[in-house]
Amino acid sequence: MLNIGGLHQGVVIDHIPAGGAMRIYDYLNLDALDAEVAIIKNASSKKMGRKDIIKIEGPITIDLDTLAVLYRGITINIIENDEIVEKRGLRLPERVTNIIRCKNPRCITSIEQELPHVFKLADEKTGVYRCIYCEERFKMK
Amino acid sequence: MRHLISPLDFSVEETNELLSLAEEIAADRSRFSHVAEGKKLATCFYEPSTRTRLSFEAAMLNLGGSVLGFSSADSSSAAKGESVADTIRVISCYADICAMRHPKEGAPLVAAMHAGIPVINAGDGGHNHPTQTLTDLLTIKALKGHLDNLTIGLCGDLKFGRTVHSLINATVRYPGVKFVLISPEELRLPGYIRKDVLDANHIEYKEVDVLEEVMPELDILYMTRVQRERFFNEEDYIRLKDSFILDTKKMRYAREDMLVLHPLPRVNEISTEVDKDPRAAYFKQAQYGVYVRMALIIKLLGLEVPTC
Repeated sequence: MLNIGGLHQGVVIDHIPAGGAMRIYDYLNLDALDAEVAIIKNASSKKMGRKDIIKIEGPITIDLDTLAVLYRGITINIIENDEIVEKRGLRLPERVTNIIRCKNPRCITSIEQELPHVFKLADEKTGVYRCIYCEERFKMK
Repeated sequence: MRHLISPLDFSVEETNELLSLAEEIAADRSRFSHVAEGKKLATCFYEPSTRTRLSFEAAMLNLGGSVLGFSSADSSSAAKGESVADTIRVISCYADICAMRHPKEGAPLVAAMHAGIPVINAGDGGHNHPTQTLTDLLTIKALKGHLDNLTIGLCGDLKFGRTVHSLINATVRYPGVKFVLISPEELRLPGYIRKDVLDANHIEYKEVDVLEEVMPELDILYMTRVQRERFFNEEDYIRLKDSFILDTKKMRYAREDMLVLHPLPRVNEISTEVDKDPRAAYFKQAQYGVYVRMALIIKLLGLEVPTC
């Protein structure tokens, strides 16, 4: 078993579906972050069988709830002074900008490249978002 | 500042208020003939729609205002690649209110987000056409006297017909409304509307494929066109098209006070012999379309309504 040291201060993004860590790494633009980042792939998990984990050392100011749009079951552990001070799941954000792309060819976003792709949460229970322009449906995995 | 982008932008109370104003206008048009003097309506039509554009222009002219605009994307700066946001910013300097039709869904919303003037969605692709829905509501309210406790038959292309979807969304907000959905199986109402709108609001409805059978139950029959291009093969089209054509023979099954509505243009789904029937309300509907647009312009511009 691979051992990665604990964090003094930072964030652990846990319960990422196996193979999904790099998507989150890219989404959070972690390669531009001047901090220690550990990506653990295919870790054993009682709940998921296999999972990915990302550990980030240092304070992080990103709105991590937007990650719920990528993978809903992700959990976040906030570490301060070597201890977990907060452990929580993610709430689906009410509105997401430029995370989901509208695929409706009839949508105004299909011809106006500079328009932001904005989706609003339509049903939290089922994880359904709708494009604010054309109401195209997007269902969370 | 208010805009009208979706048929549900106005609450039931606001809709009722608007319809009452439109009925006042219908009863005494001359009283409103100077209400919008000095105001300008811009009709920004990125695709041709003579009927809707003329209805808006007639509405503004009836109110004593004036109109300017373009009637196709070719004759606008969109042809040069200007964005909707930039166009509306400029139009806001020229006019007091804008009615926009655009082939792309959501374009009027983008306009509303950047406009300095109220924007009315005059149809965005197959998405929304709120003034058609208001027209339908006003026609029913004016001719039936109420919008609640009605059995509404929707006939024809229920799958792609945006007017039908909007009308369902708007009328389920009134108590006691039931629907009879009359269409070939290929053109049935989409599952998400049945689930998210009808089932979610506990609305009674049934789906049938024979018009005559259900005619006696209906207070309103809303006809739409069954288009040839919606069918996979010619055989099915020929087999089914006559089932959804309204003629005097089928009208014999209808109640004395049933109303026939149609968003127009009609092709052959209502036989012209029905036009003489007093229950045929589709041309009156076009007239109510002007009244409701007059009321809408008054509301969105916050114009003062002269007292009797």
